[in-house]
Parts: sequence; C-alpha cells; structure tokens
Amino acid sequence: MTNISSSDWTYRTPKHRLFLWLGWFALVALFVWCWRIMSQDTIWAFVWDAPAQALDIGSRMTPPEWGYLPELMKPLWDTLNIATLGTIGGVLIAIPVAFLAARNTTPSATILRPIALFIIVTSRSINSLIWALLLVAIIGPGLLAGIIAIALRSIGFVGKLLYEAIEETDPRQIEAITATGAAPTQVLTYGIVPQIMPALWSISVFRWDINIRESAILGLVGAGGLGLKMNASLAILAWDQVLVILILILATVVVSEWVSAQVRKAII
Amino acid sequence: MLKLNGLSKTYKTGDTALSDVSLDVQKGQLIGLIGPSGAGKSTLIRCINRLVEPSSGEVWLGDVDLVKLSRSELRHQRRRIGMIFQEYALVERLTVMENVLSGRLGYVSFWRSWLRRYEPRDIQRAYELLDRVGLLQHADKRADALSGGQRQRVGIARALMQDPDLLLVDEPTASLDPKTSRQIMRLLTEICAERDLPAIVNIHDVPLAQAFMQRIVGLRAGRVVFDGAPDGLSEAVLTEIYGAEDWNPVGNDDDADDTPVVVPKVAEVLA
Repeated sequence: MTNISSSDWTYRTPKHRLFLWLGWFALVALFVWCWRIMSQDTIWAFVWDAPAQALDIGSRMTPPEWGYLPELMKPLWDTLNIATLGTIGGVLIAIPVAFLAARNTTPSATILRPIALFIIVTSRSINSLIWALLLVAIIGPGLLAGIIAIALRSIGFVGKLLYEAIEETDPRQIEAITATGAAPTQVLTYGIVPQIMPALWSISVFRWDINIRESAILGLVGAGGLGLKMNASLAILAWDQVLVILILILATVVVSEWVSAQVRKAII
Repeated sequence: MLKLNGLSKTYKTGDTALSDVSLDVQKGQLIGLIGPSGAGKSTLIRCINRLVEPSSGEVWLGDVDLVKLSRSELRHQRRRIGMIFQEYALVERLTVMENVLSGRLGYVSFWRSWLRRYEPRDIQRAYELLDRVGLLQHADKRADALSGGQRQRVGIARALMQDPDLLLVDEPTASLDPKTSRQIMRLLTEICAERDLPAIVNIHDVPLAQAFMQRIVGLRAGRVVFDGAPDGLSEAVLTEIYGAEDWNPVGNDDDADDTPVVVPKVAEVLA
C-alpha cells in the first residue's frame, strides 16, 4: 500500500482553477464594457422621468373601460380560431416533415433530410408577426393571413420537437415489429407511432397555447383578431380600452394554460 | 430445418462479430448459445432473420437461402421466424392484445392492421395463446402495466402468433429474477416441445442453459468453440469459451453478477 494523504485529492487542478477565475473575470469585464456602450446614448433625463411617465399612463388606463368588453368578443373568437386552425394546419404539415427529418425514418438522408431540416429552420427563424406581415401583403388583410402565418410558424416548432421525439424512440420495439415480417408502413404505425403519440399531443397543445398569445397581436399588422382592436385603441390613445384588451388576453392565456395542462395530464 | 453455412459478419467499424459459423439445427431442437459478452451471440441470431445483414455465408431455412432474398421476399420469410427479446421489446403503449396480434402483421394488409380489423380466427388464436401463457385476464391492459415475467409471456405469445417454424430467443431471462427466469425457460421448452419447434436461445446463465437446453453451442470471439450436449460443459470447455476463471462455485463472491458463470448451482441460488 502506497502512502496516500487526504490532501492529495482536489476537485480541480490549479491550472483548471486559474482558467475558471480568468473566465469569470473576462465575463465581468465584458459586462462593464457593454454597460458603458449601452449607457453612452441614453438620455438620462428621460430615464429619471420614467416613473412619472409610467404613473401617468397607468392613471389614464384606470379604470378600465368595461363597456368596451362586448365589442371585443367577436375579435376574441377570431383570435381563438386563428390559433386553433393555424395549429391544426401547422401540425398536419409538420408530421410528414418530422418523419423526413428524423435520422431513423428519413427515406433519403442525402436529399430529403436536408430539405426537411431547411423547412423547419426557415419556419422557425421567422416570427409569426413577420409571416403575417408578408401574408397580409400577399393575400390581403384578414383571418386567413393570420391562420396561415400561425401555421407556417408552427411547422418549424412542432417539426423540430417531433423529429427529436422520433429519433428518441426505443429501437428495440421497432426491431421487434420488423422481425414479425411487417411491412415498412406497419413498422411505422406499430413500432413508432405509439411511441411518439404522447410527444405529439403535448407538443401540439403547447404550441396551441403559444399560438393563442401570438395570434392576439397579429392584428397589429392587419391579420385579424384582438390585435386589430388593440391597434385601433392605441391609435386614439384610448388607454382604458387597451387595459381591457390586455386583461382579456391575460384571461385567455390563463384558460389556455389550464386546458393544455389538463390535456397533458390526460395523455401521459 | 435451419442450416448456417460459413456465416460471417464484419461491422463497418471493422469489428468482426462472426467468422465462419456453420450450424445445423434439427426440428424440435433447443439450442443454447453461450459465450462471453461481445462473442457475437446477438449478432448471430440477428443475422438469421437479417435484422443484421451478414457479410457472407448462407442461411438456409428449409429450402430457402434467406441471405439471397429481396426485401419483400425477406419480409415474407420473416413471418416463419418468431423472435423473443431480452427486454421483451413490447410496444409499451399498446395493449397486450394488440401486442400479440402484431405477430400477424406480416399476414395482414396495412389498412386492416391500422384499423385493428384482424381476422376473427386470428383474434381467437390470440386469446388461445394468451390463455396458454396464463395472461387471459390481462388481455386489455397496456403492456407497460405488466411485470417483467408477464411481459416476457406476452413476447412469447407474439412470437407464436406468427405460427413460426423457428424461434430466435435473445437473452430471454437476463432482465428477470431467478424464479421467473426458470418459469419462463420452462414455458419456452414446453411450448417448443408441443409444437416440435426448434429454437436458438442466447443465454448468459450457464446453469440455466444446462438445465433446459438439449444442445449447447459455445461462441468465443465470433467462432464456434464448443458444440455438444449440456453435460459436456467441463471446466476445460468453459475456460475455452470464457477464458480462465475458477469455475468452482464460490459462495462469497460478490461479483457474481458481472461474471455470470461463477454463479453457483441454480438450486443454491434459489435456496
């Protein structure tokens, strides 16, 4: 037995410790430097004035103009429809895209997989609001532009999470179905689909939840729903109406959170 | 019934898993395939139904060479080969009944399988098999609600649902406790005897193999180094298969799990 004392073991080597400290130091230096650049062009008079301004807008917002509420029901219904139909459309397109993008199910790793990944990245890199802006210009203002914008944005989100779920399926279950002499389509529906159903549902409901929030503002660019009303109220500086809209959006989001939590609980 | 001729497999990484394995399996014969981890046991049985593509050699099932078949002909022949897996490999989120019926996938059309519209006689047979393996009352449970031993029974029923001419069994008891292991092995041997069904069983546990198998094939580094009756497994043969080790049962060996062959006689384990 060689002589070993308790002081021989350390969590990190001295070199490792030195680099760690240098790393932290560099981060702090970077923060200070960035802070200086950011504050260079700040007009501090405005910043010191901010609490007063906030109070001013706050006082104009209250009390909320509840009489405005009935008028908002139709746009709210539109917003829910945009979110729901857009999610359904997005999911329907995302499912085949995900199967093309997943390494273990793609029919062609050299051609189709990159195309599918490109679709996913394109969809994800453009915000719903920008999609809506483009679509309003192309097909004109209205609900349809909103629905398509939401669907296009959802393809990437759902496609990405779903293809990751497909790649994480248990290969043994797939192997077992293959070994029975099942055709490739049957391997897909028996070996893979049951394994990804919980993921598919929870991803879709999660996206629907996000889409309700996003569709509430699409009207700002003319794609229908609550955003249209918000735009109108903002334009006439009717802050008490804006507050009613914000409260309504908050309530809707809370309800959709609750619904998606229930659905997730039911399927897992 | 099954004849392997010069079967070899070299993986893309350059690892040779099997080299020149030849084997002749008679109808109704139970073969225990033993050998250390990495000896190529799993590769061997997967090369038979081409879940792993053999690099060279022939696999004759009856009068068909499986190696030469096209994908669709292979699917057709795979129906004749039932397979049972170490971790059961059931589709966890489907019911027991759906899992058993999935043994018929090679026989039914896509739409029938998608809509679960199996032939009444298949459904009848699935119930009979579930009854045979003692799980009739669990038919509508989800597979992941069952215990390990029960799941392996479902795995056996699924394989039999194919009405196979051959069973490939990959470590059927590796995830089970000693008692359940023996029950599963007994069920397997009974079923094979009832149907005069040959089976190749990968098995880690040498005493279990000796107790239930009619013939033992020892694999080492992808080669067959022993082929004979279970009582021919002498100390010298075990050393030939697994390498040098003290093969006498030792009661105080804590590493028994890592070195499976040191496990004392089964009766002692159960005691």
